[in-house]
Amino acid sequence: MKTIYLAIILVVLSITSLFVGVSNISISDVLTLSLTDSQWQILRASRMPRLVSLIIAGVGLSVVGLIMQQLTRNKFVSPTTAGTMDSARLGILVSMLLFTSASSLTKAVMAFAFALAGTFVFMKILDKVKFKDVIFVPLVGLMFGNIVGSITTFFAYKHDLIQSIGAWLYGDFSGIITGRYELMYISVPALVIAYMFANRFTIAGMGEDFSTNLGLKYKQVVNIGLTIVALVTAVIVLTVGMMPFLGLIIPNIVSIYRGDNLRLSLPYTALLGAIFILTCDILGRLIIHPYEIPIGLTVGVIGSGVFLYLLLRRRAA
Amino acid sequence: MNHTWRLGILGILAVLFIGLYMFIDIGPYWDYVLPRRAKQVLAIVLVGGAIAFSTVVFQTITNNRILTPSIIGLDALYMLIQTLIVFVFGSMTLVTMNANIHFLMSAGLMVVFASFLFRLLLKREGNHIYFLLLVGIIFGTFFSSISSFMEMIIDPNEFVVIQDQSFASFNNVNEDLLMISIVMLVAVGLYFIRYMKYLDVISLGRDHALNLGVPYDRVVKHLLFIVVLLISISTALVGPITFLGLLVANIAYQFMLTHKHSLIIPGAVLISIASLACAQFLVTRVFTFETTISVIINFLGGVYFIYLLLKENKSW
Repeated sequence: MKTIYLAIILVVLSITSLFVGVSNISISDVLTLSLTDSQWQILRASRMPRLVSLIIAGVGLSVVGLIMQQLTRNKFVSPTTAGTMDSARLGILVSMLLFTSASSLTKAVMAFAFALAGTFVFMKILDKVKFKDVIFVPLVGLMFGNIVGSITTFFAYKHDLIQSIGAWLYGDFSGIITGRYELMYISVPALVIAYMFANRFTIAGMGEDFSTNLGLKYKQVVNIGLTIVALVTAVIVLTVGMMPFLGLIIPNIVSIYRGDNLRLSLPYTALLGAIFILTCDILGRLIIHPYEIPIGLTVGVIGSGVFLYLLLRRRAA
Repeated sequence: MNHTWRLGILGILAVLFIGLYMFIDIGPYWDYVLPRRAKQVLAIVLVGGAIAFSTVVFQTITNNRILTPSIIGLDALYMLIQTLIVFVFGSMTLVTMNANIHFLMSAGLMVVFASFLFRLLLKREGNHIYFLLLVGIIFGTFFSSISSFMEMIIDPNEFVVIQDQSFASFNNVNEDLLMISIVMLVAVGLYFIRYMKYLDVISLGRDHALNLGVPYDRVVKHLLFIVVLLISISTALVGPITFLGLLVANIAYQFMLTHKHSLIIPGAVLISIASLACAQFLVTRVFTFETTISVIINFLGGVYFIYLLLKENKSW
């Protein structure tokens, strides 16, 4: 399918998303400018933020997943492999234990700071380990993440906070209103930079020797890539929670169908990620209207079906 | 230091930690305490061995050192079964359930699921490991998204029971189950012996292996099945220890400095047993059950692995 069709689907879905919800707002009202104040209020304070955060999450997670897999030359590395997630969890724990009365945005900023600090430590370790083998990037990430994760679990277990941390990170867009999602805008410039670096990431994915030969500052590119990945993941996961499939399965499916040239596959991945998550969210809001099903569940169920079909069909062909 | 020496050191370490766990704080009623602890040590040896062994084999098959067998969704399925029981029948059912039925059901369902997956994907000739893993991840995500949804809406008191199930524990190992597991593991081990010789060649990749005369697809299929059996048995026996395998396999590669499976596998098994025994000792005696085995293993193991990486680098 051409990218342009995907873009059209995305626009249609985005508009649909704005007009699905408990309180009734119709497109004709908007076009004839006959919205009441409260309808405006809902559109501005709830529907728009939700749409923006959905698109950012869909685009962001799938794009950084693709970059991560390209840089590590390993199809099974997800954006959370760099230890970002575990550092963010530690941050959540600390803010839950020490700053109980802080607002949710403050807590998120706190956890974000932890995630960045964690990524920094991870890069320091990686720097000390010479890049002998590209397998060490995800391996160090996993090990570092588990060290941090075990510290978190140790204290969370003592204070019975495991369920709360889990609930925070469970993907959910229903709480997104003005004042709760602004952190997500941080990831937009990061994603733009990612697109500008796409060609360099492609080359870096061919290995250190080869890319140095082509005149690429390998270490610098890898570091930039990892920083983008960590930044975007931390921001998204902390605001809306963890979405399965986006970081791992979508990049893999795109690379099966489209190959590994990032310049070409990045837009495709981004659009597919956004469309997928928007569809799941709209369905989740419609199925038991006026209530809604958390997106983590719809993503898990719909995603399994769709991606299984795509994989098996491709293999049969 | 040659490889026999290194294996020897690991063996001594394993025995040392087991000894520590068995005899420290033994108290006056040793005739009651010792058999109880011996049973737990037996479970540690079984589970530790099975997990280390299956992870090394799995990483060889997939040619990827960051994977563990749980990636194809076995742990997620186990947790889904537990969550489902609590969600539908309440936590009392899970707690009072007959241990044999619980064990057979959990292990059985995992094996059935994996066989279904293999049947779906390994029917025809060709290298389908990549697809197998992707489909496994999709199923795993499906299972865990359902269970985390149920965990989110469940009563916190009920959640505690699920949480208990999600941390591996050696404290209440059932005697009958231990016997069943020993018999099954020994049978699987005997079955494996014929395939042992292929492992080094398989790690070269499919093309080289075929070229050297290994019936690659058939061997890999059988090896995968062995891996699944081992993981299912050990998970059903004590609960999921997802990270242990990854950790010990990589420490084994880093410590043994070889790629021969005849050395890596025993090395990984010994490291696994030693670290489980050490963690069990720390949990029961030092932390007096305030934390879980996996917390200690992840922390100490992770730190040690990164230390090994950094140390090796300095000497270069």
